[in-house]
Amino acid sequence: MSPIISIAALTKKYASGLVALDAVDLTIDKGEIFALLGPNGAGKTTLIGVVCGIVSLTSGRVLVAGHEIAREYRAARSKVGLVPQEIALDIFSTVWRTVRFSRGLFGRRPDDDYLEQLLRDLSLWEKRDSRVVELSGGMKRRVMIAKALSHEPEVLFLDEPTAGVDVNLRRDMWALVRRLRDKGVTVILTTHYIEEAEEMADRVGVINGGRLVLVEEKTALMHKLGKRRLTLRLHEPMAALPSSLANWPLALEDGGKRLTYTFNADAEGGGGIPILLRRLGEIGVDFTDLETSTSTLEDIFVGLIGRAA
Amino acid sequence: MSDSLPINPEGVWAIYRQEMARTRRTIWQSVAVPVITTALYFVVFGGAIGSRIQQVGGVSYGAFIVPGLIMLSLLTQSISNASIGVYFPKFTGTIFEILSAPLSSAEIVFAYVGAAATKSVMIGLIILATATLFVPVQILHPFWMIAFLLLTSIAFSLFGFIIGIWAKNFEQLAIIPSLIVTPLTFLGGSFYSIDMLPPFWRAVSLINPVVYLVSGFRWSFYGQGDVGVGISLGFTALFIAVCLVLLWWIFRTGWRLKP
Repeated sequence: MSPIISIAALTKKYASGLVALDAVDLTIDKGEIFALLGPNGAGKTTLIGVVCGIVSLTSGRVLVAGHEIAREYRAARSKVGLVPQEIALDIFSTVWRTVRFSRGLFGRRPDDDYLEQLLRDLSLWEKRDSRVVELSGGMKRRVMIAKALSHEPEVLFLDEPTAGVDVNLRRDMWALVRRLRDKGVTVILTTHYIEEAEEMADRVGVINGGRLVLVEEKTALMHKLGKRRLTLRLHEPMAALPSSLANWPLALEDGGKRLTYTFNADAEGGGGIPILLRRLGEIGVDFTDLETSTSTLEDIFVGLIGRAA
Repeated sequence: MSDSLPINPEGVWAIYRQEMARTRRTIWQSVAVPVITTALYFVVFGGAIGSRIQQVGGVSYGAFIVPGLIMLSLLTQSISNASIGVYFPKFTGTIFEILSAPLSSAEIVFAYVGAAATKSVMIGLIILATATLFVPVQILHPFWMIAFLLLTSIAFSLFGFIIGIWAKNFEQLAIIPSLIVTPLTFLGGSFYSIDMLPPFWRAVSLINPVVYLVSGFRWSFYGQGDVGVGISLGFTALFIAVCLVLLWWIFRTGWRLKP
């Protein structure tokens, strides 16, 4: 896979002295969906702003499809579409006119067939002659997406795409991202909703305090840091763990009524559950119910950020 | 595509057309207001007061004030069109799209200033046409008349563009035009020849840049001005050059545009 975006030692220090990005290195492959996770103020939006040319960098080097963003800004920027976090539209313009404007702005000749399909895909076609001011919040967000895709970019940045968005739009957005991926478009989204990353991303980057804490394949990350947990509801509450189980990572909860066993999600042979259950049987521990659960990306994320802080 | 092209004509055209569409949306405010205002000036200064004022340099007072009136509108319109043109996207946040587009700063300035200047020239010509209904207007040097019309529109659209970038709120947007430009225009010989002033005030007037614009423009109509036409042209060119240098610096540093 060739990189579509390569960022090396990117640092952004604002005039206020705030270091929003601290020597960030990141490579994004063509056609992948990359989720950038992080709490508010972590530097997600600044990172996107630098790549798109709306925030000037302090030091470092950013390439988009091999083009350096300052020196070859025309080639670099024409390949990038950005949907910012805040809705910002010329409210007096119509949907159709504002989308055509964006396409022209990025140097593309008019292509009304493409724009029609784009508006249909985003359920905006019926609203094409409406003025933006008349649209609902969700519709305005769709217009923002249509504008960002109007020039057929190879990379789409979605900054907090589903913050404050209803279920329908969220589902549409996810479907759209998958369609874009099928067409070979690279999608980079920032979010603090973990489920979004879990649902869509191929790779996940975690940013905190301007530093990229981790970049990993989502599935690998889930494997490496994901935990599974077996909970047994005991027949008789237990005051302490039997000494014969001392070398198992067990814990008693709920006043000794529940016994929990935590192990790595990708451990082989179910992490030794059968052996444990047999051992329990041998030493006469009875249980009335059992359940297993797998930790989510959210648990992993909270663990990571907690550790870094 | 913009990969190979060193310029982005589609992008410039998109901004230009969007700005002109904004003019069409506000057609009354944009065109009718200056026309009505000018007609009022003619009624008051040309008709009521002008009939009691003797001719100025062989030209009737009503005809004498035509170039000054056009200049007055040109200046205020150029500044307000260009400053709102760039301030509004900053205010609504849509400036992000312009800044993230594959456009050079020169292209952005060209598109916004070009649209603002186009609108000013149109208004100038409409006022001129309105004036011919009230007074006999003659234009001795049509080429230079158009040249002054264009250069002044461009110069003050550039100035307005800078104000639009500089302004952080609507008050700042309005303060330079109303506190500096309007007084300078009124004191710049729009309604009188500075020869009519006592020597001291005449000398003071010569540090007012608007005097040179009005004078040159009036020369193109009636073949006479308060200062030489070469000085008028030179001053206009200098003003444009200063604005361009400022804009070059603004875009290079990202001042008030990029964090």
